[in-house]
Amino acid sequence: MGKRVLVIEDEPNIIEAISFLLSREGWHVDTHSNGHDAADVVRAKAPDLLILDVMLPGRSGYDILTELREDEATANLPVLMLTARGQSKDRDLAERLGASRFMTKPFSNAEVLEAVGELVP
Amino acid sequence: MATLNGLVLVCIAYVVVLFSVAFLAERAALRGRAGWLRSPLVYTLSLSIYCTAWTFYGAVGSAARSGLEYLTIYLGPSLVMIGWWFALRKLVRIGRTQRITSIADLISSRFGKSNLLAVFVTVIAVVGTTPYIALQLQSVTLSFASFAAHDPSAPPFSDSNATAFWVAIGLTFFTILFGTRNLDVNNRHHGVVMAIAVESVVKLCALLAIGVFVVWGIGGGVSETLARIDASDIGQWQMNGGRWAGLIFLSGAAFLTLPRMFQVLVVENEDETHLRIASWAFPAYLMAMSLFVVPIAAIGLERMPTGANPDLFVLTLPLSEGQEGLAMLAFLGGFSSATSMVIVAAIALSTMVSNHVVVPIWLKMSGQGAMMSGDLRRVVLMSRRLSIAGVLALGLLYYRYSGGGVALASIGLISFAGVAQCLPALMGGILWRGATRSGALAGLAVGFVIWAYCLLLPGFGSVLSPDTLAHGPWGIGWLRPQALFGIGGLDPLIHAVMWSMLLNTGAFVVTSLMTFPQPVERLQGAQFVNVFQYSGNPQGWSGGVAQTEDLMVMAQRILGAAEAQRLFQSEATRQGLAGYLPEPNAEFLQRLERELSGSVGAATAHAMVSQIMGRATVSVEDLLAVADETAQMMEYSSQLEAKSAELTRTARQLRAVNEKLTQLSVQKDAFLSQISHELRTPMTSIRSFSEILRDADGLGPEQQEKYAGIIHGEAIRLTRLLDDLLDLSVLENGQVSLNLREGKLSDVIDHAVAAAGGDDAGLRIRRQHMAELVGLRSDMDRLAQVFINLIANARKYCDAPRPELTISVVKRDGQLVVDFTDNGSGIPREAQSMIFEKFARVSDRQAGGAGLGLAICREIMARLGGAIIYLPGQGGASFRVSLPLKPAETAN
Repeated sequence: MGKRVLVIEDEPNIIEAISFLLSREGWHVDTHSNGHDAADVVRAKAPDLLILDVMLPGRSGYDILTELREDEATANLPVLMLTARGQSKDRDLAERLGASRFMTKPFSNAEVLEAVGELVP
Repeated sequence: MATLNGLVLVCIAYVVVLFSVAFLAERAALRGRAGWLRSPLVYTLSLSIYCTAWTFYGAVGSAARSGLEYLTIYLGPSLVMIGWWFALRKLVRIGRTQRITSIADLISSRFGKSNLLAVFVTVIAVVGTTPYIALQLQSVTLSFASFAAHDPSAPPFSDSNATAFWVAIGLTFFTILFGTRNLDVNNRHHGVVMAIAVESVVKLCALLAIGVFVVWGIGGGVSETLARIDASDIGQWQMNGGRWAGLIFLSGAAFLTLPRMFQVLVVENEDETHLRIASWAFPAYLMAMSLFVVPIAAIGLERMPTGANPDLFVLTLPLSEGQEGLAMLAFLGGFSSATSMVIVAAIALSTMVSNHVVVPIWLKMSGQGAMMSGDLRRVVLMSRRLSIAGVLALGLLYYRYSGGGVALASIGLISFAGVAQCLPALMGGILWRGATRSGALAGLAVGFVIWAYCLLLPGFGSVLSPDTLAHGPWGIGWLRPQALFGIGGLDPLIHAVMWSMLLNTGAFVVTSLMTFPQPVERLQGAQFVNVFQYSGNPQGWSGGVAQTEDLMVMAQRILGAAEAQRLFQSEATRQGLAGYLPEPNAEFLQRLERELSGSVGAATAHAMVSQIMGRATVSVEDLLAVADETAQMMEYSSQLEAKSAELTRTARQLRAVNEKLTQLSVQKDAFLSQISHELRTPMTSIRSFSEILRDADGLGPEQQEKYAGIIHGEAIRLTRLLDDLLDLSVLENGQVSLNLREGKLSDVIDHAVAAAGGDDAGLRIRRQHMAELVGLRSDMDRLAQVFINLIANARKYCDAPRPELTISVVKRDGQLVVDFTDNGSGIPREAQSMIFEKFARVSDRQAGGAGLGLAICREIMARLGGAIIYLPGQGGASFRVSLPLKPAETAN
């Protein structure tokens, strides 16, 4: 059984790009595109890595991260956060809430792959 | 036997001696050798100016007419000196600590430095004293005339006016010379006091010498003389108890309130302990003065021809006996009595007139305030000199126009009664803290009016008609001047004294109880009434608690109760006396002064604290500074008020602007953040896929085409976003130029429907073609842009299984109203208010827009003079676009 990643992102094109990249690296990629039930989906899928967008319809990525960190099952789950808002306060907030990695859009594919490799060796 | 010429020579010699004495005394004082000048003896002798020519000559006259009644005039002051020693000491102490210059000054000082009161007391003093000065002038001329009558060689003595005139001139000269050497009243008049002390010795010696001559030279010894007295009318006079009591009271009151007595008693007093000796020595002097009065009167009545003026027995008796030397001594005694009284009275009155009338008026007229301190000294001295001349001129005029004669004889007691009106205010002021300025004014006014009405005016035959005297004014019986309230049958003098003093005191007490003292009055009152407590220890601070209480009372009035208590408590805690009142030590006083000066200014604060602590008295300069400061503060505070209102206004405006800016800043941040997000999202896809296309080798052509398509689509999305942003920016800044032209609504809608994807299964469009045939003038492209947006939105968001959009057209109130209503589920209520805002996207669904469409529509409609609103409750989403039918008429 290979490594499994869950991508929670509302832009179909970005999901497509990440899926393509990680599949090629041997990841099994699951996707989800709204915030409402994102946390439940994470618990259900129990992935090895979570890629989480901040601005999601329904619920903010920060909220979802907070919930996940409070849950024992997902407290140590590696989370790579993506955001299109490039301000330093967003980075600070993400790190305080327990994001493993924080990445600003647009990112280069190499960056994503490198981060993923570090988070799940 | 040139007696008259001899008399003139002796007179001149005597005056030269007096000038020398005064001059030498002044010089000795200047050289600091004034010690012997200021012995209790000199003080006591100076008090004897109480005995004027009126008593010197008049006592014998009075004894000849009314028996022992003349004694009352001596008894009053004696009782005051012996029995009211404490009150005198208090007066003297107050006079010294407060640098009092006159009785008017004392009363005004006590009642809050009221100049009105000072002026009032000055008027009473002048009115009461002028006849008295006239009386002195008369006595001098009469005694001259007596001498002339006995001198056959002299020309008939007729020009009594000239005598009075030259005497007045001489007295003016002397008084100005020795009375206005120094400005400061506290630099006492050594020369004058010494001269009047010498004069009082002369008059006592003269009277005693004549008494000895009469008893042993004419009467034939003591027992013989007593027998003669028994035989004369004097022994048979009945004593009127009421009148005696009244006269004793009156003379005692006058002793305290006569301006000249106040001058020698209080102002000229060098040392409080002198009072102790004077308290028995002065009554002894009076006794000596009165010792031979009855014998002289009795022998005079016996020896002198009937009709001889008993007022001049002292002079005429030795003359008729051929004792010219003795007569000359008697003349000098009378002359001394008259001149010393006039000199001191003139000094006292001129001080009052100058300080309370002339200088205040001058200050007001010149408008320079206290700035001209150099000039002020000269002005004060000059005004004092003019006042002296004025007082003597008044006396002279009164003498001339009252016609002299008997009318003057009774004027002494009338004067006494007049000045006695100051007694309640004076005594109340130093003994009762509750006395107020209003009370003093009321008492003085009532007393003065009754005195003038009942005593002064009836003395002038012409002022009140006999009819008024007999039946009262306008026939009102109970207003008869000599029988007020129907109580007749009294001696007119006693009647007037009784009513004036009763009502004066009553008005004073009642008004004082009904009014509230001003802060300064309260301070001064405390200091006057408790003068011994305050001035006992001028260096240290004795009786701490009492003073701290006063400080507290004052601080509360100025700072407010809470603030004052906080200050005192914190100070007490600092001193380790928590829960008690703090010690008034120097540090605390300085702190208090600082606190107070914040409210009332430094000068006032200092004066107030100083007054309570009895450290210093308030000088004229201090007061002028206070007045100045107060005026400045008033002006300053009104300026501050204006400033403060202006500042409040500015602050309000600034706050509004700041709020707006903050709001704008927040909006801008949110907007930039939104733009950043909207730009970064498509760029992420573009970058990612372009990297994939570049790097990956094993991509099939299908994938390559798909990914290139995504890149293309996202690039278009970016371009559209930038177009929208620019469009919105242009619209919001009002830089847009409208291209107005005539057209038909149906054409615009046709164009919009076509541009938004047409009428197909994706969105059915229902139109009212007839209603659309309406002409309008507008920017057709912009209007079409709005319609395209609305149709495209319906296409994107309408969630009905078979989406339909109804476009209806109505003309209403000069407006063209176009509604776009679809059959979807509409926009949720909570989102309706924000759909026209930038980047407001309601749906979760990815619809490709940046969320600027409706914001742009709103801006366009605003530019076109119309509006776009959301219509709730229409089933689906419904937008109403309205615009004026004749924009050319309404707009430009």
